[in-house]
Amino acid sequence: MTAKRRQIWVFGDYRNYFQNRVTLQLLSRATDLARKIDAEVCAVVFGDKVDEWVGEYIAHGAEKIYRTDHPRLAAYGVETYTLLMERLVKREKPEIVLVGATAFGREFAPRLAKRLVTGLTADCIGLDINGEGLLVQMAPSFGGNLVAEIVTPERRPQMATVRPGTFQEIPHDYARTGEVVDVPMPRDLPADRVRLVQSERCPQRDQKLEDAKVVVCGGRGLGSKKKFAKLFELAELLGGEVGATRPAVYADWADHNALVGQAGKQIRPQILFCFGISGAIQFTAACNGAKFVIAVNKNPNAAMMKRADVAIVADASQFCAALIQEFKKRFRS
Amino acid sequence: MLKLVVCIKQVPMVSELPWDPKTGNLQRDLAEGMMNPACRSALDAALRIKEAVGGEITAITMGPPMAEEVLREAIALGADRGVLLTDRKMAGADTSVTSHVLARAIEKNCPGFDLVLCGLATSDSETAQVGPQLAEELDIPGVTYVDELEIRDRTVRMQRIADYFLETLEMDLPGLVTVMAGRHAPRYVPLGGLQAAFAEADIVSLDAAAIGIDPERIGAKGSATKILNVFSPTEGKENIVLTGAPKRIVEQLFERFDDRIGSALGRDLKTDKRSS
Ligand SMILES: Cc1cc2nc3c(=O)[nH]c(=O)nc-3n(C[C@H](O)[C@H](O)[C@H](O)COP(=O)(O)OP(=O)(O)OC[C@H]3O[C@@H](n4cnc5c(N)ncnc54)[C@H](O)[C@@H]3O)c2cc1C
Ligand SMILES: Cc1cc2nc3c(=O)[nH]c(=O)nc-3n(C[C@H](O)[C@H](O)[C@H](O)COP(=O)(O)OP(=O)(O)OC[C@H]3O[C@@H](n4cnc5c(N)ncnc54)[C@H](O)[C@@H]3O)c2cc1C
Repeated sequence: MTAKRRQIWVFGDYRNYFQNRVTLQLLSRATDLARKIDAEVCAVVFGDKVDEWVGEYIAHGAEKIYRTDHPRLAAYGVETYTLLMERLVKREKPEIVLVGATAFGREFAPRLAKRLVTGLTADCIGLDINGEGLLVQMAPSFGGNLVAEIVTPERRPQMATVRPGTFQEIPHDYARTGEVVDVPMPRDLPADRVRLVQSERCPQRDQKLEDAKVVVCGGRGLGSKKKFAKLFELAELLGGEVGATRPAVYADWADHNALVGQAGKQIRPQILFCFGISGAIQFTAACNGAKFVIAVNKNPNAAMMKRADVAIVADASQFCAALIQEFKKRFRS
Repeated sequence: MLKLVVCIKQVPMVSELPWDPKTGNLQRDLAEGMMNPACRSALDAALRIKEAVGGEITAITMGPPMAEEVLREAIALGADRGVLLTDRKMAGADTSVTSHVLARAIEKNCPGFDLVLCGLATSDSETAQVGPQLAEELDIPGVTYVDELEIRDRTVRMQRIADYFLETLEMDLPGLVTVMAGRHAPRYVPLGGLQAAFAEADIVSLDAAAIGIDPERIGAKGSATKILNVFSPTEGKENIVLTGAPKRIVEQLFERFDDRIGSALGRDLKTDKRSS
C-alpha cells in the first residue's frame, strides 16, 4: 500500500459572491503550495444541493472534494459545521486547512482550531512553504510596518484565515476532473444550539469603492477634516471614489464605509492617489491590485512612498489643491 | 437576577507601538492603555440588560497589572466587580490560550453565569478569535457580530449582519455573544461611579496558580504557533520621486505621466494641454 498523499484543504464557503471568491482565491494559493510539498488540493463542501460549487471548485484547482449534501445543512450553522469538519479532519488528517476570513469563517475557524487543539493565524497576507515543509503564515504585526512569519511546528493541521482579495484566483477550466468523496450525514448530529429565526439578504451592497477605476485615499497626514474634505472635490472631478485609512475614519473625517484595508475594503483601481498615508501593511495589503500609485507625503522615506510609482514629497493638502487646479484647467480646455 | 460576565481587553491607545527588535514583542509599557472599543460596546450591552431586567456584572480582563485600569473604568460605568488575571507566565498567549485562561477564571469566579459578552475584535490584533474559542471552552452556544440583543425568560434573541445577511438568531442561556464596536452612544461616568471605582472597588487579582491552570498550557509556552521571523516588507519598487513647490510638481507630473493618468481616467489630457 502506498502512503497517503498529504493534503491541503480549503473550506468551501459559497453563500455569497465574496465568500465564493475567497474560496477560489484560496484554491489558487493552495495549488501553488501543494506543488512545494507534493500535496493534494482538496475542498470541503457542506450544504444542501451543492453540485454547483463542487463543479466550480474542481474547475478552479481542487483535485478532491469532500462533500456532505443534506437538507439539514441548508443554512450555515456554526456548531453543526464545526462538528462535521472536526470529524472529517480527524479522519483524513490534512496537513493544512485554509479558511476565508468571512464573517462565517471568522466564527467557524477559531472553533475548529480549538477543537483540534491547533493554532490559527488570522488574516494572513501571504502563505508559503519553508525549507522544512512548514506552512509559513505571514501576518501584519506591530503597528503594521512589519510582517511576522508564523509557523505551527508541531500541531496539525496548520490553520490560517485569509481575507477576500488577498490572493488571485486562477481562471476556471471546466474540462478538469476531480474525485468527489461523499461524506454521509452523521445520524447522531445534535441540533445547533443557536437557532436561525430569520435570514434575509441585505439590499444590494454598495460596491462603488471596490469597483472604482480612480480612488483618492487620505490618511492622518492631511491633518484635519477640512483638509480631508478636499479629497472629495478631487474624486468628484475625476469621477472616482474616496477611501480613508483607519486613523482618518476614527477621526471622523470619512465614513466607515470608506475604510480601505484589512479591516475595510479591498480596492483595485487603475489609478490610486494616497495623501498623507504612511503605508502600513494593514492598509497596503488591500491595494496591491492598484495599477498606478501616486503617493504624496512629507516624508520621502514613508513605506507608502517606496511602494508608489510616483512619490511626491510635499504637503498633502497643498499638493491636492494644486492638483485640483491643474485638472480643472485641463478639463476645461 | 442575571449573572453577566464582560470580557475586556486593555489595548494601546496608539497603533504604532515601538517593539523590541530582539524578542519581537510589543513594548506595551511605553503605551498608554485604553478599553478596547468593542469591549466598551459589550459592556454597554450588559449595562442595558442590567437596567432593563436587572443583573450583576463581572468585568474580567487578562493582562499586565496596569490592565486593572479598565476594570475600574468598567466599575465606574456600572459594573459590579472586576477580576484581573495577571501573571508573567500568561504573557505571549495566543487566542486559544487566552480563551482557556478566561474560561477557567469565569468558571471559578462566576459559577452559574448566564451570559458572557465579548467584543467582536480588539483594535490591536483584531483576530476576533477569542469569543468563539471561549464559547468552545465553556461549551455554550455563541453568536458573533451581534448588533442588538434582547433577553426574554431564558432566551436571547439577537440581530446581526453577517456576510450580507440580516439574521435573527436565538439561543438559550447560558450563552456567549460578541458585540460589534461603535453601536452605542458613549456613556459618561456618573459621579457615584467614580467613587465606587476608587474608594470601594471590588476587584480581585488572580495569577495562574490561583485560577488553577497548568502553567505548561498558558502563555507563549502553551501556544501552538511560533513567530519565526519579523521583517520589513518595503521591498521598494523603482519609482520616480518628485520634489519642490506643489505647482512645480504638478507640472512635472503631467509632463511625464499625462498618458498614464489620462488613460486611467479615460480622458485625453494631452490635447487639453496643447490648446491651453
Ligand atoms: C489589527 C489592525 C487592523 C488594521 N486595519 C487597518 C485598515 O483596515 N486600514 C487602515 O488604513 N489601517 C488599519 N490599521 C492601522 C494601520 O496599522 C496604520 O496605523 C494606519 O493605516 C495608518 O494610517 P495613516 O497612514 O493615515 O496614518 P500614519 O501612519 O500616522 O501616517 C501619516 C502619514 O502622513 C504623513 N504626513 C504627515 N503630515 C503630512 C503632511 N502635512 N503632508 C503630507 N504627508 C504628511 C506622515 O509622514 C505619515 O507618513 C490596522 C491596525 C491594526 C492593528
Ligand atoms: C499583531 C498581533 C497579531 C496576532 N495574531 C494572532 C493570531 O493570528 N492568532 C492567535 O492565536 N493569536 C494572535 N495574536 C495574539 C493575540 O493578540 C492574543 O491571544 C490576545 O490575547 C487575544 O487576541 P485578540 O486581541 O486578537 O482578541 P480578539 O479575539 O480580537 O478579541 C475579542 C474579544 O475577546 C475578549 N478578549 C480578548 N483578549 C482578552 C483579554 N486579554 N482579557 C479579556 N478579554 C479579552 C474581549 O472581549 C475582546 O473584545 C496576535 C497578537 C498580535 C499583537
